[in-house]
Amino acid sequence: MLLNDPLAKVLYIDLSRRSFWIEYRQDLFEKYLGGVGVASMLLKEECPEGIDPFDPKNPIIFAVGPLVGLFPMASKTVAMFKSPLTGNLGESHAGGRSAASIRLAGYGAIVIKGASDIPIYLTIYNDKVRFHDGRAIWGTRSTVAGRALREKEPGSGIRCIMRIGVAGERLVRYACVITETFRHFGRLGLGAVFGSKKLKAIVIAGNNTLQVKKGKIYKEAYKEIFKRILSLSALKKYHDLGTPVNILPLNKIKALPTRNLKTAFFEEAEKISGEHFAENHLGRRLACTHCPIACIHLAALRQPYKDEPYFYKTTFISYDYELIYALGSMLGISDSVGILRLLDEIEILGLDAISTGVVLAWATEAFEKGLITEKETELRPKWGDYESYINMVRKIVTQPNDFYKTLALGVDEAAKRYGGEEFALAFGKNEMPGYHTGPGSYLGFLTGARHSHLDSAGYSFDQKYLGKEFTSKDLAIALFKEESYRQILCSLVICLFARSVYDCQTVLRLLDIAGFTMNEKTLRQLGEEILKNKYQFKIQEGFSFKNLRIPKRILETISPHGQLKEDFLREAINVYQQLLEGKIFLD
Amino acid sequence: MTRLQVIDTERCVGCQLCMYACQRRFGKGGIGSAAIFVRSRGGMGRGFRVVVCRACSDPPCAAVCPVDALRIRKGGGVILQPNKCIGCGHCQEACTIGAIFWDDRANKPVICVHCGYCANFCPHGVIALVKEGSKDVIK
Repeated sequence: MLLNDPLAKVLYIDLSRRSFWIEYRQDLFEKYLGGVGVASMLLKEECPEGIDPFDPKNPIIFAVGPLVGLFPMASKTVAMFKSPLTGNLGESHAGGRSAASIRLAGYGAIVIKGASDIPIYLTIYNDKVRFHDGRAIWGTRSTVAGRALREKEPGSGIRCIMRIGVAGERLVRYACVITETFRHFGRLGLGAVFGSKKLKAIVIAGNNTLQVKKGKIYKEAYKEIFKRILSLSALKKYHDLGTPVNILPLNKIKALPTRNLKTAFFEEAEKISGEHFAENHLGRRLACTHCPIACIHLAALRQPYKDEPYFYKTTFISYDYELIYALGSMLGISDSVGILRLLDEIEILGLDAISTGVVLAWATEAFEKGLITEKETELRPKWGDYESYINMVRKIVTQPNDFYKTLALGVDEAAKRYGGEEFALAFGKNEMPGYHTGPGSYLGFLTGARHSHLDSAGYSFDQKYLGKEFTSKDLAIALFKEESYRQILCSLVICLFARSVYDCQTVLRLLDIAGFTMNEKTLRQLGEEILKNKYQFKIQEGFSFKNLRIPKRILETISPHGQLKEDFLREAINVYQQLLEGKIFLD
Repeated sequence: MTRLQVIDTERCVGCQLCMYACQRRFGKGGIGSAAIFVRSRGGMGRGFRVVVCRACSDPPCAAVCPVDALRIRKGGGVILQPNKCIGCGHCQEACTIGAIFWDDRANKPVICVHCGYCANFCPHGVIALVKEGSKDVIK
C-alpha cells in the first residue's frame, strides 16, 4: 500500500472506559486489503472464544478498503461481530455514506469494544472522537433519533449516521442498524449488539484527500471504469426498476417463495412487481456515495388520517426485492400499500425485514396448524392481513408474553419451542432470502459463511443451469469458487452489483494504482484464505456442517429444478466442507 | 465563455460523483479540495442541494477581498490568485449560497473555475457546462 495511506489506521474505541486510540495496522491491510479480509482478522483478535454475543467483549468491527474514495461503487462497509441470531459469525454489509465517511475520516477500520452503562452515541470527525449522552434519544424511533442527530451534529453531505431503533435496544436478535435513513446493516443482528452496548448511534464524517501512485493513470483508469459501469445493461435495470425488477421473472419460473413457501408462485405477483411499485409509488431514486447507478428506490406513500378529512401524511419508504418477497409474497400480501405500511413499521422499529417476514410467515402457518393459538398470538394472523402483521411486528419488539419473546429470538428458536421445524425457513439459523430457484440457492444458504444469498449467489447458478445436468460436486465447486472471489470484492468493499466490471484483471490494475502489487494467483489464493479464516471462526464457535438443519418444506415445494433431494444437498455440503478443508484441490 | 450550470437539482440522486471528479482533476482521490458540494435538504428523502459557484457577473466574494486575490473571471465568477490570498475567509462569508469551500491544509478558499470536468461524470443530467449568453438558460 502507499506510504501514509490513512487506510492503515485502525480506530479502537472502548465504551466501558470511554477511551479511544489509534493503531497502525499496515500488516493487516497489506495482506488482507480491507473489508471482510481485515475485519475477519480483527474479529479473530478481538472476540474471545465462546462468549455470549451480548457480552461487552463482543467487538463491533467496521472495515473499508483501499479503493473507497478512489473508484466508483467501492461503496460498502463491512461490519463483523458475533451474531446474536446465530451465536456465530456475524457479518453484514451496508452502503449509504458509510464507507466514504470512514475512509475520508482517515480510517481503514473501526473496532468498538466494551459497553456503556448509560445510553450514548459516538461522533467521529476526522481525528476527533467524542462520547455523547444518548439518554434523550434512547427509546425513540430510528427516524426520530436520525432527525435529532441530523440537526444537532455537523457534517451534512459527508457524514454517515448509523442508528438503531427500539428493536435493537430490546435485543431482538435480528435488529438492524440503519444508516442514511434508507440503507441497513440488515442481517444477523448488529442492531442488537449496538443495543447491548447501549450504543444508540454513531456519526462519522471526514473530508480527506487520498494519494495515488500516478495521477494521470488514475484519471484514465477511472474514466474507463465509469464508462463500463454505465454501459452495463444489468446495472441499467437496477437503476430503472431497482432490485424488484426480479419479482416477475422469479415468479414466472415458480421460484418466488409464497405463503411460507407452501408454493413458489404468487398468483397476484403483478400487484407487487417492480413495475407496479414504480408506476404507483416511486417518488425518488437515491445513490450511495460514489455510485452512478442509484438503485435505491423510494416509495412516496400518501396516507390519510382517519380522524380528519383531507389530512394526509406522506412518507418515503425504500423498497427492494428481498423486502417485497419477505413482507409481500411470503405473507400473501398483494396490496402494495399494505407492504409499504408494514415495511415502514419495521424501519421505524429497526428490524431486519427478511427475518421479520420469515418469522411472521412461520407464525401464520403454525397458527393455521394449531401449534399456537390466540392465547400466544393475542390476535389472528392471516395471509394477506397486513394490519395484523403490523401489530405483530410491534409485539415482537414490546414482547408482551413468552411467545413474542421467543419470536424475537428468530424462527429457529421459535420452531424449537412450539414445533413446526419442517416449515421454519432458516438456514444456519438465519431466515431465508427469497429464492426458491433450486439446489444452488439452498446450498448457498447452507454453506455460505453468513448464510446469505450474497455469499455465493446459488440462485444465479440455478438460473444459469436451468434444464441442464450437473452433479452435487459441480455445484459445490462452482459456489466455492464464487464465494472465494467474492471475499476479494468484499475486502475491496465493491458493491456486488458491479462484480462483472471488477473482474480479476481490472481489480489488479486498480490495486496497483492504490499501491498494492499482486498477481492473479495471489489474489485468488487470498480469496480462499479469507473464506477459510471466516470458517475457522465459525468452527471455533460451534458451527458444524453435519448439524445443518434442512427444513422439509424446501423439498416438498417443487422448484424450477423439480423436486429437491436432501441427499443431493448433503452430498454437496460434504464436498463444500472438503473444499474448505483443502481435501479437494482445484486448478 | 462557458460556465457550469446546475440544470436540475431534482434529478440529483446524491451520488457525489461530481465532488470526486473535481478532486480527481488534480490526480487525487477523496474530496478534500473539491469546489462542488452535494448535501441533502434535511434527510435524503427530501432530495439534494448542489452547491457550486453560479458565476455571478458582479461577485460579492471579489468585492470583499481585502487583497484583491479574486480576479473577476470573463463570463462570470472569479479566479483565485493564491499568491495574493491571505486566507482571511471573508469571501466565504460573503457568498450567499455557500459555494466557496475551504482547503484546511492550505488555508485558502476553493472556488469552482467552471472547467466542467465534473459534468462529464454526472450520469443523471444534474449539471452541465453551458455557453455563457445562451438565452434559454436562467441561472
